[in-house]
Amino acid sequence: MANPSPFVRTPLNVGRVRIPSGQVFILPDRCKGCRFCIDFCPREVLMESPSMNSKGYHYPVVRPGKEEDCVHCGFCTVICPEFAIYTVEVSP
Amino acid sequence: MKAPRVLTGRHFMMGDVACAEGALAAGCTFFAGYPITPSTEIAERLALRLPQVGGHYIQMEDELASMAAIIGASWAGAKAMTATSGPGFSLMMENLGLAVMMEAPCVVVNVQRGSPSTGLPTLTGQGDVMQAKWGSHGDYEIIAYAPATCQEMFDLTVRAFNMAERFRNPVVILADEVVGHMTERVVIPPEEAIERWERPRPTVPPHELLFPFAADQDLIPPMPRAGEGYRIYVESLTHDERGYPVMHPDVHDRLVRRLNDKIRRAYPQIVEYELLDTEDAEVVVVAYGSTARSARHAVRQARKAGMRVGLLRPMTLWPFPAHVVEQLSPRVRAFVVAELNLGQVAREVERFTDRPVYGANHAGGAMMPPELILSCVEEAYRDAQGSRRRFAPVG
Amino acid sequence: MPREAVVASHPLDEVLREDRLPHIWCPGCGLGTVLGCFARAMLASGIPLDRHVVVSGIGCTGRAAGYLKVDGFHTTHGRAIPFATGLVIANPDLVVTVFSGDGDLVAIGGNHLIHAARRNMDLNVICVNNFNYGMTGGQLGPTTPVGAITTTSPYGFHEEPFNLPRLLAACGAVFVARWTCLHVRQLEATMLRSFQKRGFRFIEVLAPCPVGFGRPNDLGEGIDEMWFYRRQADYDPQAALEMLEISMRKDSRIICGVFVDTERPTYLDRYREHVLRKVEGGGTGAA
Repeated sequence: MANPSPFVRTPLNVGRVRIPSGQVFILPDRCKGCRFCIDFCPREVLMESPSMNSKGYHYPVVRPGKEEDCVHCGFCTVICPEFAIYTVEVSP
Repeated sequence: MKAPRVLTGRHFMMGDVACAEGALAAGCTFFAGYPITPSTEIAERLALRLPQVGGHYIQMEDELASMAAIIGASWAGAKAMTATSGPGFSLMMENLGLAVMMEAPCVVVNVQRGSPSTGLPTLTGQGDVMQAKWGSHGDYEIIAYAPATCQEMFDLTVRAFNMAERFRNPVVILADEVVGHMTERVVIPPEEAIERWERPRPTVPPHELLFPFAADQDLIPPMPRAGEGYRIYVESLTHDERGYPVMHPDVHDRLVRRLNDKIRRAYPQIVEYELLDTEDAEVVVVAYGSTARSARHAVRQARKAGMRVGLLRPMTLWPFPAHVVEQLSPRVRAFVVAELNLGQVAREVERFTDRPVYGANHAGGAMMPPELILSCVEEAYRDAQGSRRRFAPVG
Repeated sequence: MPREAVVASHPLDEVLREDRLPHIWCPGCGLGTVLGCFARAMLASGIPLDRHVVVSGIGCTGRAAGYLKVDGFHTTHGRAIPFATGLVIANPDLVVTVFSGDGDLVAIGGNHLIHAARRNMDLNVICVNNFNYGMTGGQLGPTTPVGAITTTSPYGFHEEPFNLPRLLAACGAVFVARWTCLHVRQLEATMLRSFQKRGFRFIEVLAPCPVGFGRPNDLGEGIDEMWFYRRQADYDPQAALEMLEISMRKDSRIICGVFVDTERPTYLDRYREHVLRKVEGGGTGAA
């Protein structure tokens, strides 16, 4: 299986462990375009949206094709300085 | 040993000690301070007595910390006090404004000494009067008492605590080294005879107090305390009725006016003074603190010499008893303001009279000799023509 | 899973003053991240929110108290610690956190910092270190590295900065830690550990200040400084305290970890033992 993340090695038990799924929620008008979530998502799920919020910032959106890739690691939730993004675990 | 909070009885007591006992009688539970002559005895007495009555004494690392600590303690619900002298009072100035802005009841005792700067640490002065009102930056009102006896060191400290609680403002006691270090009879009443006022408290539960800094007619908001669930945000920045910082000129003007008006409008309830022989006086001496004791003697000497002289003794220096000066003005030929500084209360007298204002002044170091006041009275009695004369200190 | 969903509220809004969001901090500033870790640690602490109090000083970090829905006090510059001292002595049931910046706590507030640590006052101190005075436009401070450009060190700063973990350990703090704001998991865990301890606890958190410090010192935007932390932060709790200096140069290391985790009687413990024991009966608090 291809290594899904540049941050971790391929785990030995990857075939046996259920990887969670997450749903991304955003509050676009709180975003200030810092890119913390985009750069540090281990699955590279996020990208800058083509559109801007009311302050002119490009808030994060899910990359096309990456809709199933969020593993609800929670990193974007905790790294965001603006309380503008979080994930919730969903059934796969 | 545990001891009673109120030492009811007749005592032969030092002024500083009487001040400390007055604080305890008023319900003081927290003292944070720094030793400085001539106020150290207050700290020493409270270091001994506060643990006996379930209170707390902490000696902080400097006066800035002391003032900050008593405001924090006040917001946790304590009746808090500090004591200092001129140099420490200067260090407390920024946080005096913080107490005003946060509307924190607290008492600051300044036992004045020879100033400016290090000055005369062990000898008296009265040079910090204006500083109490104008020393912190910005417009604020202060309540400041000038005890003239050891008994008043007790009584006016009780009053100070009560006023602080009612008006949610810092209250200053502008004593001087003579009154602080002298020993006189002090009568402490039974505990049940001592009035203890409490700060206004919220009457609604936390989720209903949406505007913690909104006030009614008296301009004094109710005061929650930390830990009660009100989740209040208390700001040193200009804030609106929610307590949130707002950088708008209208909000700022409204807030600053309310903080000032809550004291100004209550002038009749706060101002205190004493009059001696002013009914027929042609010259009125104005004196406070230990200087009032010299002035009383000078007034008696003047009367014996046939001069019609009286004494106005402000007991609150702030608010200054302006209405008394205004009332006396039409009937007198001159005022003589006797103070151990180069003319501070004299400026307040001048503002409210068109009569000549003479100054019996000395920079400090000893009680003012009554002869100095008497010679000033004689000059006023002799020369005052009823028309306004430029203020010129004598002595 | 569908694409991102747009919503109007965030799970942490229950403990934030959401009516004041978005906060005033710059894009790329790390303060919001630190605040989030603290909010989560508060919620996980098991201590009722009504007992939590946050005291802030002046500066960007000092605005933190204003965004948390607990009793908060925004005090004068440098005086958050003595203010908090008065609170916690008058009511020892309060769980008081001082949340302030490197300038407020260590320069103007330095005297209070060392004395509160000496006394082992029961206070949790979060010191966000962004190496400058950000709120006022990026002036030098007591943690500004040698050679750094700030608005008041246009030739490069010529003084040596404080090594904060070493300073606090020397003053007697019972808990001393450092993380960057990229170390969100460790930071939250450390803040939670701090809530379980008593005495003077100090957590230094490095955060980007792109406007005041990052851009003038080749650290780029906030995201660039976060990558700097990623590359150059090491975890070494056993490191000697003298080795914990930070230069923020391209080849330098930032050593993180919990360096001191010990126990010592607190200020009030000693007060009860030495003072109240001599006074029969004896109460504790002052309120």
